[in-house]
Amino acid sequence: MKVTEKDVAYVAELANLELSEEERTGMLRDLNSILDYVDRLNELDTSEVSPMAQVSDRYGLDEAKQGSEGFAHANREDILEGLRKSLPHNEALANAPDADEDFFRVPKVIER
Amino acid sequence: MDLSSLTIDAARTAVQERKTTALALAEAHYAHIQREDGQIGAYLTLSKERALEQADRIDRMAAQGISLPRLGGVPVGIKDVMSTRGVRTTAGSKILDKYIPPYDCTAVQRLEAGGAVMLGKMNCDEFAMGSSNENSAYQPVRNPRDLTRVPGGSSGGSAAAVAADMAVFTLGSDTGGSIRQPASFCGVVGLMPTYGRVSRYGLIAFASSLDHIGPLAKTVKDAALVLQIIAGRDPMDSTSADLPVPDYVAQLDQPVHGLKLGVAKEYFGEGLDVEVRQAVEAAIDKLKEQGCEIVPVSLPHTPYANPTYYLIATAEASSNLARYDGVRYSHRARGVKTLSEMYRRSRDEGFGAEVKRRIMLGTYALSAGYYDAYYLKAQKVRTLLTRDFEQAFAKVDAIVTPTSPTAAFRLGEKSNDPLAMYLADIYTVTADLAGIPGISIPCGATREKLPIGLQVLGRHFDEATILRVAHHFEQSHKGS
Repeated sequence: MKVTEKDVAYVAELANLELSEEERTGMLRDLNSILDYVDRLNELDTSEVSPMAQVSDRYGLDEAKQGSEGFAHANREDILEGLRKSLPHNEALANAPDADEDFFRVPKVIER
Repeated sequence: MDLSSLTIDAARTAVQERKTTALALAEAHYAHIQREDGQIGAYLTLSKERALEQADRIDRMAAQGISLPRLGGVPVGIKDVMSTRGVRTTAGSKILDKYIPPYDCTAVQRLEAGGAVMLGKMNCDEFAMGSSNENSAYQPVRNPRDLTRVPGGSSGGSAAAVAADMAVFTLGSDTGGSIRQPASFCGVVGLMPTYGRVSRYGLIAFASSLDHIGPLAKTVKDAALVLQIIAGRDPMDSTSADLPVPDYVAQLDQPVHGLKLGVAKEYFGEGLDVEVRQAVEAAIDKLKEQGCEIVPVSLPHTPYANPTYYLIATAEASSNLARYDGVRYSHRARGVKTLSEMYRRSRDEGFGAEVKRRIMLGTYALSAGYYDAYYLKAQKVRTLLTRDFEQAFAKVDAIVTPTSPTAAFRLGEKSNDPLAMYLADIYTVTADLAGIPGISIPCGATREKLPIGLQVLGRHFDEATILRVAHHFEQSHKGS
C-alpha cells in the first residue's frame, strides 16, 4: 500500500475537498490500484531524458528555443487595452452565487 | 427531409439554391431531436433562439443571392466544454449547472462566422473525464447503434448526435482520445488536429498541454471542411500555431499511391479484440491495394503511454480545476460559515466521483516528495513516447492502428473499475502526449453490428496526409 488513510486526508485538504467516510475508503482503494499500475514507468531508465511539459518542447516552431518560447509568437506586444475589452462589471458578476453591485461576497475571512 | 444523407455541402447547397431554408433545416433537426433524443441523451441544452437568429441571417443572404460561407445554414452541435455566450455551459458538471458564459469559444465563433447554425450543447463526461459518457452529471448517453451500449467518451454526445443525424456535424474535444474513441464506437469520423492547430480559447480546461478541439462528422470531407474553418492562429491562445492553414479539401483526392504507412506491432498486442483486429487488418490490406506501401515500424514505449497519460492529465487537471471555488461562477454550498468550509463543501457537492478521483491523483502526484517520482517521471516518458513517433515518421508518412481495442461496451460494464475504464484509451493517448494529429474512421462492424474504427496518425501539422488516407479508405470502403 502506497497511500494511507492519512495521505488521503492530507491530499484532500490540499485539493480543498472534504470527502465523506465512504468516499475516503473508495479513494484509498482506487489511488493504490492506479499507483500500482503507473509504477511500471520505473522499468524505464530516464536518467538521461529531459522532461516534456509542452508539445513545443519537442516540436517548437523555433527549435532553438525551449518550452512555450519555442512558439515564435508566444510573445506579443503589450497592448494597453488588452486583446479584448474587459468584461463590464455587471457581466463579470452575473454568474456569482453571491454578489453585491461591486463585489463578490464570501463568508468573513479572519482565520482559515 | 432525409437527414441521414445530409453532409455539409449538401445542406449548404440546398439552402443556397433555395430548395430548403436554413430555418427549415434547423427545425427539421429539432423535430428529429425531439423524437429521438429522449432515448439517446446527446443534448444537454438546446439553443433555439440563437439557432433561429443565425438561420434567419443565412436565409436572408440566400434570398439576396449572396454566396453563402462554407458552412452556411449547416446545423451543428457543440460539446458542452466549449463556452458559448448567453448559452448555458456545464462541462457535464453540477458545479457549472447554472453557468452562462459571457464570451464565445474561438472555434464556435469561427463556425458561426462560417455560417453554421448552433443547435445546442452536447452531453459529455464531466470535465471531459471519461471513456463512456457515464460520468456526465446529467445523464449517460446511449449509443444509437445499440442502446444498451455506451457511445464512448468523453465526447459521447457529439458522436451519438452525428450517428443519429441529430446534427450534420459536431465539435468535440480530445485530451486522451475523447474525439476518436467515441467516433469509433458510434461509427462516425472523428478528427483530432495537431496540438496548436486549433485555438483552445474558450475551451474549459481539463489538461492544458493535452487538450484539443476537433470535429466529428459523417464523412472525412466534412471533417476536413470544418478543420479548414476552425484552424489557424488565434491571438487569444498563445499555444495556437502561426502557420498557414492548407486547403485540406482540395488535397483529399490527390493519390495515395506510394505513400508509406507504418504498422506498429505494439498496437496489435494483448487486449485487442479479435474482430477489431480482423477489420483493421482488412482495412490495411485495402490501403495496400490502393498503392500504399505498408512498412513495419516500432513504437516501443507504447505500453507506458497510458500510465504516463493518467499522471500528466490528472496533475494538470488538479491545477486547472482549482478555480472552481464557489466565488465567481461555480456552485456554492448553502449554509457555510467559513471560507475554507465554503471551498470544500462547494467542491464536494459540485464534483462527481471520477473528477474527485482525478483531482486527488493529480494533487498527490504533484505533492512534495512525490513530484519527481510521478509527475517528472511521466514528463520524461512523454519525451520517449514522442521520440518513438519522430523515429517512425522519419520512415513513414502516416501510421495506421485500431482506434480502440474493443467495440462499444455495455453501460455499467466498466463503471465500477476506473482502471479497466482507463484501458479503453490505450491506442489514443499516445497521439495526445506527442501532440500529433489523428483521425478515426469507420472500417467495419462486429458480428453484433457494432462499429469498428481505424485510426490514422500523422506528423505534426500534417493533417492533410491523414485526411487524404482516411478519405481514400472511406471511398474504397463505401461499397463493401
